[in-house]
Amino acid sequence: MDFTFSEDQLLFQDSVRDFLVNEITTDAIRASWETDTGRSDDLWGQLTELGLTGMTVPEEFGGLGMNEVDFVLLAQECGYVALPEPLVHNVLVAVPLINALSDELKAEWLPKIAEGSAKVAVGLTENFLVEDAHVANLLLLQNGDEIHAVDPANVKLTYNQSVDLSRKLFSVEWTPSAETCVASGSEGAALIEGAMNRGALASAAQALGLTQRMIDISVQYTSERFQFGKAIGSFQAVKHHMSNIAVKWEYAKAPVYRAAYAIAHGQTNASLNVSHAKLAACEAADLAAKNCIQVHGAMGYTWEVNLHIFMKKAWALNNTWGDNAFHKNRVAEVIFADDAKIGAGNTFIA
Amino acid sequence: MELAYTEQHKAFREEIRSWLAANVPAEPLKTFDTEEGFQQHREWEAKLNEGRWGMVTWPSELGGRDADLLQWLIFEDEYYKAKAPLRVNQNGIFLLGPTLMEYGTEEQKADILPKMANGTEVWAQGWSEPNAGSDMAAVRAKAELTEDGEHYIINGQKTWSTRAVWADQCFGMFRTDPDSERHRGLTFILVPLDLEGITVNPIPQLDGLPGFAEIFFDNVKVPVNRRLGGEGEGWKVAMATAGFERGLMLRSPARFQETAKRLVELYQANREHADRDPAVRDAVIKAYLEAESYCLSTYQTACRLIKGGKIGAESSTNKIFWSELDRNMHATAMAILGARAELEPHAPDAQGVGTWLDGWLFAQSGPIYAGTNEVQRNIIAERMLGMPR
Repeated sequence: MDFTFSEDQLLFQDSVRDFLVNEITTDAIRASWETDTGRSDDLWGQLTELGLTGMTVPEEFGGLGMNEVDFVLLAQECGYVALPEPLVHNVLVAVPLINALSDELKAEWLPKIAEGSAKVAVGLTENFLVEDAHVANLLLLQNGDEIHAVDPANVKLTYNQSVDLSRKLFSVEWTPSAETCVASGSEGAALIEGAMNRGALASAAQALGLTQRMIDISVQYTSERFQFGKAIGSFQAVKHHMSNIAVKWEYAKAPVYRAAYAIAHGQTNASLNVSHAKLAACEAADLAAKNCIQVHGAMGYTWEVNLHIFMKKAWALNNTWGDNAFHKNRVAEVIFADDAKIGAGNTFIA
Repeated sequence: MELAYTEQHKAFREEIRSWLAANVPAEPLKTFDTEEGFQQHREWEAKLNEGRWGMVTWPSELGGRDADLLQWLIFEDEYYKAKAPLRVNQNGIFLLGPTLMEYGTEEQKADILPKMANGTEVWAQGWSEPNAGSDMAAVRAKAELTEDGEHYIINGQKTWSTRAVWADQCFGMFRTDPDSERHRGLTFILVPLDLEGITVNPIPQLDGLPGFAEIFFDNVKVPVNRRLGGEGEGWKVAMATAGFERGLMLRSPARFQETAKRLVELYQANREHADRDPAVRDAVIKAYLEAESYCLSTYQTACRLIKGGKIGAESSTNKIFWSELDRNMHATAMAILGARAELEPHAPDAQGVGTWLDGWLFAQSGPIYAGTNEVQRNIIAERMLGMPR
């Protein structure tokens, strides 16, 4: 039993955080909103150089061959800066899905992802829109129990604007065919559940980072804003808003890391663990959004203050890759089953 | 990261499980807030100690098993699953014991710890005073050194002293420097409760039973060798006692996971009635998840400590989390029980109410004792988040 990250994992987190905080400034995010795609090839190249796009690509295909536990802290850092690029989606959702498909698909796409020349978007019906389909070189789309590998040239994309301008969402009109179908039946269903779990884990990890960022922004603001002759952060009513976030945040971390471990090791409780992680992390982020805008007063309601960049992403993540009802129902299925293994001593059953 | 028990852990779990299966009394003991129940629990402590299960984290020469924190958590899993008696000497074994090992002299350890371990001496705590509650540094009870330097003469009052009605000993902070203020000039002293000049007045708690008491000290003469740590170092010693690892021992996750499990069972047994309010199902799911969160987070911390890591200010979130979880779980149980929730278990029409009412009453104390949750929130804001004072 060792519920800690290794020195290497923590060092990698540090160096990625340094890079992201320097590069993905709030000015850079605002600038990205003004561009055609909202995405930057230059930035994707830098992420590739750091080895990030190929983190979960097996070494034989030019990647680093790492797993969800290795990446979860980095996904958290991507959340901290509200990274617009689809890095977390590619590393945590697309690559593991391709890796479970045919040798041809692996050989064609995994090396390109590792070297930064291709992006893949995964579209599940639960989400109904597809993130970053406009910059994808391959679409992996769900149709019932089937997964289809679809050439973006053969689909019609319609942009749907999100409250979070960094999120690029598309409806995809396409026609499933026998040629595009790459998995079906129970195999397809299992892969879809796996992709759903990884997407939810990606959201949960980013929600942890978003929560941390909203706390940091608000602690700074309330330390500098004076009213009644004092920093407003010295008032208990303001402090307690922030402490309540900290409590939720602190107790959401371990469930997220546990979910990453369960996926990485193919544990049977992975879906339960992921739903737990998603609910806990999004609850923390949701409370952070609510309390942080409150302690900002009128400034929190402006376009100028950067809080909304993170707040809006938190709102969006809360309801995608499974909304609260989806995840609560998955938990309910397990704990209300007749032979449910719950209570003390059952937390680490694999 | 490796989230699986070792073979050694599994063997340890089997060992405690079978010992408990053979030794936990079939009939639940009377509450230790009665004289008879107190005596029963004292005997249970002796039995645990005979099996070397009294305090598994203690060194083997003191009857422990040199267990690490993970083994402690496993012990607690099995202890709560077996519905074994609550620990009447928790003030001693969980709070004072580890502090004694850190600050006590060899003589003190040899004198006090064995009697603590076998239940011969049950300990009460003496932190609060009428005017020093959340503000513990406002302690006023005095301890003056006699001219020959052999004794302290203690005068003053402590209150909310848990277990003090039938306990044998009491530990607490006393002001040894009359000119001092706040955290300075306080000294940690261990006081036998049978000394002349001590009056213990029971205070009935919410359930009507005397779970705590006020203690009056009228020129009580305590030998100077009953001082723990140096004179004037009381605050430092007290902080160690209140530290996180002690908190972890007092409120291990098993307790809340077992409550969550019972809540799921209660909901299942009353589902048709309970589902008339959809919020109940939601609260049951949340109870299960939060108890799991508490367990996972505790394991994470325990593993970090085992690897030589330190506890940071984030540990202040601990008490808020479990106390509110406990209160919410019992509130949900009350909602499921509906009109029967108010009934005492012995009421003729109280079928199926179990011990939820008792737990509900006790859960009211969680957000209050050991530093109110409001004080904890200030600590989190200032020390963990760095907000201005």
